[in-house]
Amino acid sequence: MLRHDRRKRNFGRRLTTMDLLTHLPALQVVVPMLSAPLIVLLQPRGLAWAGATAAALVSFAIAIALTFAVLDGQTLEYAMGGWPAPYGIALSVDAFSALVLLVITGASTAALLAAKPSIDQQIEVERQPFFYSAWLLVLSGLVGIVVSADAFNIFVFMEISSLASYILIAGGPNRRALPAVFKYLMMGTIGATFYLIGVGLIYMMTGTLNLADIQARLGDVTEINPILVAAGFITIGLALKAAVFPMHVWVPNAYTHAPHMVTVFLAACATKVALYVLIRFDYMIFQTTFAEHQIQFTMFLMPLAILGILIASAVAMFEGHIKKLLASSSIAQIGYILLGVSFVSMAGLSASAMHIFNHALAKGGLFLAVACLAYRYRDLRLSQLGGASARMPWTCAAFVVCGLSLIGVPGTAGFISKWMLISAALETGPWGWGLVAIILVSSLMAVVYIWRIVEALYFQAPIEGDTPMSEAPVQLLLVTGLVALMNIYFGLFPQVPLELANSAAALLLEGSR
Amino acid sequence: MTFLELLGYFNYWVFAILLAVGLYAVISKTNLIKKLIGLSIFQSAVFLMYITMDKVEGGTAPIIQAGVENPVFSNPLPQVLILTAIVVGVSTLSLGLAMVVRIKECYGTIEENEILDAD
Amino acid sequence: MIYIFALFLLTLLVITAIAIVRAEDLFVAVILTSIFSLLMAINFFILDAADVALTEAAVGAGVTTVIFLCALALTGDQEKPQKQGQKVALVIVSILALVIIYSTFDNPQLGDPDAPVHQHVAPWYLEKTPEYMDFPNVVTAILSSFRGYDTLGEVFVVFAACIGVLFILGVSPPRKAMQVSVKKSGLRHHLIPQVVGRLLIPFIVLFGLYTQFHGEYGPGGGFQAGALIATGVILYALLEGEAEALRAVPRRVLLGMVVGGALLYGSVGVVCMLMGGAFLDYSVLAADPVWGQQLGILIIEAGVGMAVCGALLSIFHAFAARERVS
Repeated sequence: MLRHDRRKRNFGRRLTTMDLLTHLPALQVVVPMLSAPLIVLLQPRGLAWAGATAAALVSFAIAIALTFAVLDGQTLEYAMGGWPAPYGIALSVDAFSALVLLVITGASTAALLAAKPSIDQQIEVERQPFFYSAWLLVLSGLVGIVVSADAFNIFVFMEISSLASYILIAGGPNRRALPAVFKYLMMGTIGATFYLIGVGLIYMMTGTLNLADIQARLGDVTEINPILVAAGFITIGLALKAAVFPMHVWVPNAYTHAPHMVTVFLAACATKVALYVLIRFDYMIFQTTFAEHQIQFTMFLMPLAILGILIASAVAMFEGHIKKLLASSSIAQIGYILLGVSFVSMAGLSASAMHIFNHALAKGGLFLAVACLAYRYRDLRLSQLGGASARMPWTCAAFVVCGLSLIGVPGTAGFISKWMLISAALETGPWGWGLVAIILVSSLMAVVYIWRIVEALYFQAPIEGDTPMSEAPVQLLLVTGLVALMNIYFGLFPQVPLELANSAAALLLEGSR
Repeated sequence: MTFLELLGYFNYWVFAILLAVGLYAVISKTNLIKKLIGLSIFQSAVFLMYITMDKVEGGTAPIIQAGVENPVFSNPLPQVLILTAIVVGVSTLSLGLAMVVRIKECYGTIEENEILDAD
Repeated sequence: MIYIFALFLLTLLVITAIAIVRAEDLFVAVILTSIFSLLMAINFFILDAADVALTEAAVGAGVTTVIFLCALALTGDQEKPQKQGQKVALVIVSILALVIIYSTFDNPQLGDPDAPVHQHVAPWYLEKTPEYMDFPNVVTAILSSFRGYDTLGEVFVVFAACIGVLFILGVSPPRKAMQVSVKKSGLRHHLIPQVVGRLLIPFIVLFGLYTQFHGEYGPGGGFQAGALIATGVILYALLEGEAEALRAVPRRVLLGMVVGGALLYGSVGVVCMLMGGAFLDYSVLAADPVWGQQLGILIIEAGVGMAVCGALLSIFHAFAARERVS
């Protein structure tokens, strides 16, 4: 008995034609994922890098295409295997997803385009195919998390990206990379397992794993205790992965001792994806079901965000190693994002979404400049970097531009999101002024630590006995310069990310009503 | 309480205790391999919780046999999830052990406090 | 009767876990971990999770123990005694355990057929599997088809672990051994393991192949099969020596299996897309959707088995072939 009608089975309300656009959400994950095993086979020198860069460029193109498709506020859905949700796994791309997808694929492409000289210096040629293959796995894992609409599927892809990022960090040339990545493995696995416990408890009470379906069925649940415990586990698990204070301890060492291009990639997007999942879970699922969850969320997350901002910025002011300094600064920036989220308002959410984009630009640029410096200077402690501005003028100029964007100087991308955050803080009521004070104080601390680096680069005397050094290779320099220029471009013309951020905030708040 | 009720709660309590034991090993032990063993106990506890969920009273494993009238099956979905989770756990463990071997070669020890002192 | 046994098993689990944490000899701890996995597998079987019990026994009690012992041989098996930090850790985990226990009183009853878990999605799977796929094992149907995307992710986790271990251990040890040590010759001079092993290995591999192809009819499938076949080859390596095992199944073949298995799974999905369906929609692979589903599942399970077998063996050889640096 032939059942031809099954072939025309409708999978998803908005999809009726089988063309490329239809399959884009799936292709976003499939392209980097299936390229990874192929890269392992590319043994000849340099071919692995070329293959990985090609796959990253295609993923970036797909992300841009997806962005245009969802710019007007619609959501793309895709049913994996043709089985409708909640029986199968569904993918879903909306404005918030598109924003984060742009950040991930953009950061990966930029880092890979610049990677070859730096990686050739730090990793042996025989091991490079494994390295680039792992890079593509991180990329596919991260985008897999963002497009997924199924709670357990998020766990699987979270583990793909985590395992692959442990591999990347373990490629660091210094032996200190190994204890650093081991600590990251421990904390990351605990975080993922906590997340799994939370999902299990939710599944126990609702009987489904699809996010939208959970949201629908959670209202029927009578006993609230397991759900509260589930919410707690999911929040703590994701906070561990997102490096929220006080669970950020794995970040400084892991970022510092990883290969330099790996730091560019991970610092720009890895922790933000965990934040993305946290925000999704909270706004889609927990806000709607708990009467006072709004207040609980704010009471719990806002102090942590504030502590993260202040303490991390303070630590950065006293750090002596340039990568460690910037890593501490990253923790503070994650605090900013979390702060905006904890306001539970349109302005706060837009500010956070915008900051996800802008911080990736600023930090990515800063770490690219550090990679340029590291190409010539072996020791990256501030005391050893004197006189770099004379020898590597373009690198230091790029560094200054990205540093200004991190501080939030008008004219750069960082200013837009800081301004949005301050306006959102003012809207929260009487203690808005206290929050604004905290943001301004931490921005001043950012000025201090960026100034310390600039001082070391421009005004410190060079160490004696150095052979004259030249600029970083053109490949590295071009990409660094490009990212620095983008910081200025998006500071002057922020329309596209701004529109995405606003749509994202609207979608999240609407989902939580 | 019937036996099945008691068994039900007892399963969840064992899950909580095993979770605590595994997490204790991860947090307080300094030997890196002990930490990894604790991690694996921690993950096994979570598997226990999921599989406890799938039992239906009077049910059998979810394999459909022809000719059986009105069968009662236990839930197949948690089993699928845990199959995946077991494999993820083993993969993490292998990576962790590879790192420990390299740490031993580079530092000469796998006790965490001695490693911190060496740097 | 069986429930008393289950209660006894659970208690034994807790006792074993506490013994593991307290053991200072790491070799003892690893063997106890293997026993722990076995007890867990039996418990899973009592709870009607046959596939999971098989996987936990093969992967958890079997392969994990082997990898642990390989690592122990390289790092040393004594743990230094503990000095401080225990009280704080004890307090934290006790609070966590109490919080969870408190919340479990609101959990649905074990075995209650009206619990939310058993409503919604599960009956649909049980009902639709004969209709869409026409084979008995519902767990395989969900694993390979309904939630096949998760399984694709899982294969790539195994792939990541394999390339990770090869990457991390791809760096030679810092100091070569003083003299070229005699390549480990295995247990060649011990008669009993030789005889018993030669009898067992063919049956192990045969059972692995059986598990691979009968995953649709009974407990089994790609993961278990891959682990079983890997175990057979590891037993051969233990008996005849590392070098012989690498001659039998060389490293390049293993890497090829891992890459090939992962790509096979992914390509099936891409082919489904090219033939007009969604990614991993096997119904479009053949004129009859039911046969299409079965064909698709057969191929991807083969991919999974290849990948898991190759990965586990690669990881084993990466550890076993390493010279110990003392």
